[in-house]
Amino acid sequence: MDWTALRLSLELAAWTIAVLLPLAIWFGRVLAWRQFRGKALTEALLALPLVLPPTVLGYYLLVALGGASPLGALYHSITGRPLVFSFEGLLIASVIFNIPFAVQPIQRGFEAIPGEVRDAAACCGLSRWRRFWRIELSLAWPGILSALVLTFAHTLGEFGVVLMVGGSIPGETKTIAIAIYEQVQAFDTVAAGFMSAVLLLISLFAISATYFSSARLRRPHV
Amino acid sequence: MSDAGLHVRLRQAAPIPLDAELACAPGEMLALVGPSGSGKSTILRAIAGLLRVREGRITCNGTVWFDAGAGIDWSPQRRRIGFVFQHYALFPHLTALANVMEALLDLPAVEREQRARDLLARVHLAGLEERLPRELSGGQQQRVAVARALARRPNVLLLDEPFSAVDRATRERLYKELAELRTELSMPVVLVTHDLDEALMLSDRMCVLAQGRTLQAGPPFDVLSRPASVQVARLLGVKNVFRAGVLAHEPERGVTWIEWRGHRLEARLQTAFPTGSQVTWAIPQGQIVLHRRDRPSRGERENPVSGVVAQFVRLGENAAVTLQVGEETRPPLFLTIPLHVARRNKIDVGARVTVSLLRDGIHLMPLDEAHMPARSAAEPAAERRAR
Repeated sequence: MDWTALRLSLELAAWTIAVLLPLAIWFGRVLAWRQFRGKALTEALLALPLVLPPTVLGYYLLVALGGASPLGALYHSITGRPLVFSFEGLLIASVIFNIPFAVQPIQRGFEAIPGEVRDAAACCGLSRWRRFWRIELSLAWPGILSALVLTFAHTLGEFGVVLMVGGSIPGETKTIAIAIYEQVQAFDTVAAGFMSAVLLLISLFAISATYFSSARLRRPHV
Repeated sequence: MSDAGLHVRLRQAAPIPLDAELACAPGEMLALVGPSGSGKSTILRAIAGLLRVREGRITCNGTVWFDAGAGIDWSPQRRRIGFVFQHYALFPHLTALANVMEALLDLPAVEREQRARDLLARVHLAGLEERLPRELSGGQQQRVAVARALARRPNVLLLDEPFSAVDRATRERLYKELAELRTELSMPVVLVTHDLDEALMLSDRMCVLAQGRTLQAGPPFDVLSRPASVQVARLLGVKNVFRAGVLAHEPERGVTWIEWRGHRLEARLQTAFPTGSQVTWAIPQGQIVLHRRDRPSRGERENPVSGVVAQFVRLGENAAVTLQVGEETRPPLFLTIPLHVARRNKIDVGARVTVSLLRDGIHLMPLDEAHMPARSAAEPAAERRAR
């Protein structure tokens, strides 16, 4: 069992959630309630990682983050290290390929809040911040929780993009999904089987937790 | 025009056409009545500041809340209104108590809970403070919504069809409670409803709307018995609307004579319509009195009109009678009589009966072909011949 790889995967998932969740809440809320020009295009762009083959996405990310790109060059000039094949580069990639998994459930969560309830909050005199914090966030919570779990599970399981952008550097970019692949390549089916089982259990636990919480939270809003 | 109370003037062509002007004095309940899509809720939302209208002005007790020309548009928070939504819009994840407390944030924390408890007790919900909205019945949810709306001591109370989502028995109880509560309220109250009976029962004044236009405002019974136009009469469900010619005015006797289907009818004096002109006239069903067949009845000599019963429909304790006066192709008279009266007078389809059209009930309106009832193809010619 490659515990370093598991720890790295969990760290990557935690950081991805920390970076992506606030952005996804902002985007999800805007997409749920506002009408603006180019909304359909924005939604399509945000959903793109769902339909692109991971290798294609990985390739573009490799180009966008590579030393020849402005972002890669900037990172190199500050840290003296390349952005690709680093944990930071992997994190950026992870945030990008998780966008639809985070934004879409959150958008549905905000859409499910009746317009009358938001109006009532304004009529009760609630400030914008309190309205967001006390009413909207609480009511959109099932969607936010789904986003959290989906992002977490998807980060643990992602393979193609990670391999393209991160390679397989132990302790830096070698996630558990890559480790399983390498054990299979090395004919160590026992280790691969054990790690797969651990991943399966973690994912099952996470998904069950969402369903359990949603069932508890998502009672009819009368 | 006094500054006290609420004054609203709204105008726009799109997206929802509006041409509305209304006022509501402190302590008064104004009912906005009209069919669905007439703009009632839009006006209410504009008053609340939830919707911005292109042109207009809204003032409350002299303070300008909205003035499109001057670029003034206060937020709902700043206008300090109480709003009871059609489906109550309680915060589903908060208890009844917490729902009311959300509207009391400007009070110190220690006072907040006590005041919320007092408000819930005032709407007969003591003991149910810790329940979530989904654990309350429709009527109880409505009461929480009312308590929450009153919590801020609002400048204006706005009620958007607040009785439409509860059963009949609960509705009757809530009517009583609202009527009681009203005696303690000193702010203008605007009630949106499509139910005329609700407006008649609860409001001090009523404003009739259609397609975003305010057509007529006044005390409910005045509007009902003296609609300003055929359109208003139609919207209020007045069924007896006919055409006639003005014969003469007798100011000294307070009478205007009209001619209708060969009858000379005496009406309340209405000199706005010149002699010889064509008018529309209406009479509420309650102003038509059936003559007894066995002996003389009260007011028998007042506009007696005979006809044949064309339809007789039992409606609980009453009977709806359609009376054909003159040719069959013409619109009939409608009247409702108690069932026992119908039985005693042996009224059934085909019977010939006489009724009196009470003078004070006959109300004249300008001619308006667009809003007259649908008739058979042969009818207009017959009606024209009668003139």
